[in-house]
Amino acid sequence: MSSTALSSAPAARPAAHPSASAARVLTGRHFMLGDHACAEGALAAGLDFFAGYPITPSTEVAERLARRLPDVGGKFIQMEDEIASMAAIIGASAAGARTFTATSGPGLSLMMENIGLAAMMEVPCVIVNVMRASPSTGLPTMVGQSDVQMARWGSHGEYGVVAYAPASPQECFDLTIQAFNTADAYRMPVFILMDETLGHMTERVVIPEAEFIPRVNRKSRAAEMNDPFLPPDELVPPMAHAGEGFKVHLTGLTHDERGYPTLTAPAHEKLVTRLIDKVRLHADRLAMVDEYELADAETVIISFGCAARSARRAAVLARQDGERVGMLRLKTIWPFPATRIESLIAEGNVKRFVVPEVNMGQVRREVERLTSLPVLGINHPGGAVMTPKAILEGVRS
Amino acid sequence: MSTATAVPVHKVVESHPIDDVLRADRLPHILCPGCGIGSVVHCYADAMVKSGRPLDRHVCVSGIGCSGRAAGYVNVDSYHTTHGRAIPFAMGIAMQNRDLEVTVISGDGDLSSIGGNHLIHAARRNVPLNVICINNFNYGMTGGQAGPTTPSCAKTSTTPFGNLDRPFNLPRLMANIGAVYVARWTVLHVRQLRMSISRAMQKKGFTFIEVLSPCPTGFGRPNDIKEGLQDMEQYRRRCRVEPTIDLAEIDIEYTDPDSPIYVGDFVDIERPVFRPLPSRAEAEAIMQERGK
Repeated sequence: MSSTALSSAPAARPAAHPSASAARVLTGRHFMLGDHACAEGALAAGLDFFAGYPITPSTEVAERLARRLPDVGGKFIQMEDEIASMAAIIGASAAGARTFTATSGPGLSLMMENIGLAAMMEVPCVIVNVMRASPSTGLPTMVGQSDVQMARWGSHGEYGVVAYAPASPQECFDLTIQAFNTADAYRMPVFILMDETLGHMTERVVIPEAEFIPRVNRKSRAAEMNDPFLPPDELVPPMAHAGEGFKVHLTGLTHDERGYPTLTAPAHEKLVTRLIDKVRLHADRLAMVDEYELADAETVIISFGCAARSARRAAVLARQDGERVGMLRLKTIWPFPATRIESLIAEGNVKRFVVPEVNMGQVRREVERLTSLPVLGINHPGGAVMTPKAILEGVRS
Repeated sequence: MSTATAVPVHKVVESHPIDDVLRADRLPHILCPGCGIGSVVHCYADAMVKSGRPLDRHVCVSGIGCSGRAAGYVNVDSYHTTHGRAIPFAMGIAMQNRDLEVTVISGDGDLSSIGGNHLIHAARRNVPLNVICINNFNYGMTGGQAGPTTPSCAKTSTTPFGNLDRPFNLPRLMANIGAVYVARWTVLHVRQLRMSISRAMQKKGFTFIEVLSPCPTGFGRPNDIKEGLQDMEQYRRRCRVEPTIDLAEIDIEYTDPDSPIYVGDFVDIERPVFRPLPSRAEAEAIMQERGK
């Protein structure tokens, strides 16, 4: 074969890799890894400060940010462990930054005490858990979805929780932006529950122009005007940051409106009730779902994350065979979309639910609480995503 | 029902030089009679006033324990965080806003036991923080348990018949890891302590000051030290100011009444200060400078 044509052509300069860009928002159509899409979502959301520790399968989030974040003017620090990472992102947020960390199950366990601190101090921050098969070291490189209840109840005590569940690299980008806005609007730590399948999957991600990236800023004591998109009530106090001159005191102890330790039962009741109500009373605003063919569905599959991809295929196949099957996909697992599920049941068509998840029934129990209709779980503790065929068999059983 | 702090206070003076630096509405404080933590807070407050930087630039971060309560009493942006985690929390603040003077005040257990990992990494990396470690030889808040600075043979509630462990020599540890300023004082040495904290605030990088303090309730009671004044007597009699001593020689054997306690400003050096990852261009320039 003649090689003259190729060898005489001037050597083409390889196109710069997106990770070499100094633009915050990588506008364009990409073929992108889920973990990277999450990192890009954080950058697009205005991430200022990342502190993290490597752990499979989340490491690629940190690696992407190590390349990109300093070049867009943000701060990247690898800390000595996950406990330090969580502490650092709370501190940086207390000083005004939008902050983020990335981990998996074992790291989230380590972060739990400080997650409670962030909830108690009402400091916004975002934590992505790229779930893997657990418990303990488990299957480090393989999928799991078994940290759902942990995200809800993980730290000691009670506080409102919001957790997003992307089901594609595109949603890893989109819902990460959503997470930052929710964290700021409600002054709380917010979770993104990805999983190894999504994190290590490469798929199309479309990133819009920077002006189309939505941003809701935290209510600030220093600001003259606060963001008009903030929730319209007094459940979330304005935030005073370090260095603004307000002589703020933030503590993990039970405290009063000034932030001073107030170790009494009435003060505790007032504070903890508000921390819970921040989410509870806004649950309908916060809960996000995706609906497929629910209008006349007799069997409703409820699913999230990687399992939802198999579930969607199963629903499509069932519909092709004329079966009245629909799917409700959770884009937030917390708050759980109880209102939507209850309204669906009230419409009168649903005869049963099928809940496939890569855990032994953590979302299933939330559905069971809402209804006396049969709820069939399709469960696996981790290491593999159930196939559409397995879900279809369950639907048809 | 009023809170526990609503005790009538008789005003003796109309004003005091550090009134602006203290949260008067949090006084009287929770500290026991004879405790030295209040002296440390006072020295810290003085150092802030003398630092030439406005109070709005100072931040105090503390952990859990009696020493950790210090953050609540000073009238600056203050953060009372989780046990052992004040240093990484403070690092987040300091790295996000380089214009702030961030000081960590916490106890020996909080900083060197549960917090030990963060202590050594922050020192290794030379993170620009001032760390004041109030060492009262025990976990006082929880009732007097042993910790990594509890002297050999001392009695505590978890070493009821005597501690077998050898305690940390914290200045030696910090110096070996590379802290740029290391000192040890006691709450008797308030003048030197105040100057030491001032020096730490001037230094760029990780500074560490160990301050020995009485703890009559937690440590004193099981060890036949009836009041804080007795510890102060021990400090007066046994302390030797030896700034140039080999730090391998300055272990504290507190239960041996004839053993000296060495104090002083031991280390005062310069080395590059920690920063988050630089941009690619800057990183390449730095690497080139270093010959790589």
